[in-house]
Amino acid sequence: MPSTVELKRICSQTRRDIVRMVAAPKSGHPGGSLGCVEFFVSLYHEIMKPDASKFDMNGKGEDVFFLSNGHISPVWYSVLSRYGYFPVKELSTFRFLNTRLQGHPTTHEGLPGVRMASGSLGMGLSCGIGAALTKKLNGESKLVYTLHGDGELQEGQIWEAAMYASAKKVDNIIATVDVNGRQIDGDTDDVIALGSLRAKFEAFGWKVFECDGNNLNDLLKTMAECKAATGKGVPVINLMKTEMGMGVDYMMGSHKWHGIFPNEEQLEDALGQLEETLGDY
Amino acid sequence: MAIKKLTEDRDTRSGFGAGLQELGQENKNVVALCADLTGSLKMNDFENDNPDRFFQVGIAEANMISIAAGMTVGGKIPFTGTFANFSTGRVYDQIRQCVAYSGKNVKICASHAGLTLGEDGATHQILEDIGMMKMLPHMTVINPCDYNQTKAATKAIADLDGPVYLRFGRPKVPNFTPEDQKFEIGKAWKVEEGTDVSIFATGHLVWKAIEAQAILAEKGVSAEIINIHTIKPLDTEAIIASVNKTGCAVTAEEHQKNGGLGDSVAQTLALNNPAPIEMVAVNDSFGESGTPEQLLEKYGLNTESIVEAALKVIARK
Repeated sequence: MPSTVELKRICSQTRRDIVRMVAAPKSGHPGGSLGCVEFFVSLYHEIMKPDASKFDMNGKGEDVFFLSNGHISPVWYSVLSRYGYFPVKELSTFRFLNTRLQGHPTTHEGLPGVRMASGSLGMGLSCGIGAALTKKLNGESKLVYTLHGDGELQEGQIWEAAMYASAKKVDNIIATVDVNGRQIDGDTDDVIALGSLRAKFEAFGWKVFECDGNNLNDLLKTMAECKAATGKGVPVINLMKTEMGMGVDYMMGSHKWHGIFPNEEQLEDALGQLEETLGDY
Repeated sequence: MAIKKLTEDRDTRSGFGAGLQELGQENKNVVALCADLTGSLKMNDFENDNPDRFFQVGIAEANMISIAAGMTVGGKIPFTGTFANFSTGRVYDQIRQCVAYSGKNVKICASHAGLTLGEDGATHQILEDIGMMKMLPHMTVINPCDYNQTKAATKAIADLDGPVYLRFGRPKVPNFTPEDQKFEIGKAWKVEEGTDVSIFATGHLVWKAIEAQAILAEKGVSAEIINIHTIKPLDTEAIIASVNKTGCAVTAEEHQKNGGLGDSVAQTLALNNPAPIEMVAVNDSFGESGTPEQLLEKYGLNTESIVEAALKVIARK
């Protein structure tokens, strides 16, 4: 297990980036972004470790990732830039006219690191399965990772994809669900209760893991277990419990900060809670 | 008329199946996906030749389109196959986000388009698909007219790096375009020269237009027949040049007037060379059960309808 000291430093800076990115254009989705910081930092810096200097659309010979719940683009953009995909200063362009950092991720503006547009929900698991099938055809042993919101699981296409992956033994994909229990209109339990996700995915033939997604040690250990479970004829999923708004006290504990921006005072409050470890953009 | 049938009547979907089979042999990056309609789409030969490159996704079209988009990551060229209805309206958001906006090299191959699906009725007879697909940025829209042209188009789109909607049909229809034709995407094919009216036809109605030309000739009318197999990008040069000569236009298609080939030709003429135009197409209506010929007659898409439209538009000059 790698030391998590450096990862924690990156996480803190990523959280600063997120709140600053949504405050500047006065729009964006900080809640889910903050909750998934540990996942993205771990994914790039410890799990996939892709070569950012050699990004191409095909991703041959390396693990590839698809973000299905595209609205948490701020955390992805921050991690991509600080990992080396594009200049960190470009984070200041998020959601402004002529930016490569569109409100929701896209290939359309040529941003390195992104291989599929997302935003309209429920499609990313299918996309990931497609890439996984191609990796098998190409004789590759590398993996495909996807991330989904728990509210997103209300989309029917997710279950089409879940059924396909087990039926066709797509065992080179690791899906992760951000189980924060919140969505725009309220708690998932109040909007459309999801019931037991473990029971649902197990019934669909997946190997299911669970972890605390805001605990780096637990997350890294569980993702390693997920990786060890690949190649055994069944698809693998990690139900990752997180706290929406993690790291900023007034954003935690409700769905309220799913998709609103902090004002200047709130931004200062948030930044006072998040150590600047790598230098703001 | 100079154009002759070359074989017995054949279905355009079989042209797709034949083209796909050849692609399977020639291009190892071509993969095919089907949503439980392998026989209807004539994809069996590809499946038998290349079981490892054929993906049965079941009755889950949204999943199929997004899987296809994902398969391009790593260099595959996916051809998806299902009915036109389930290839477009049912999966519009998946096509829009994962294929068109993401710029993926996916070929959406759609059979049983239009009224000539026949007895299954309006639930399956999509007449809006051309409109939906041509509205999407980056999307190429192709509607070939016979078996040979569908086979040639199927092979040609594999060489185009980008999303394509390929539309074809169920019934056996005349096969009259050359077997060895070079299919040029975006390039209209002048079937017959004429001077009095330009008839722009696509899909199954190209043969009807050829039949109409013979009837019009008996009436002393010289009709130019142009096959618009590529609705997007539209060969506007060919359209403008023809209407500059004839002074009026008829469009013929198995689709709604709203959003179809007629719309595209009318826009081209309005912006460049305003001229009278008549549209042979379905007039804001759903279809119904019946034989293909019965339906084409009832909904005004047969040879006589094209003759009438030609005479009407000439009178408006």
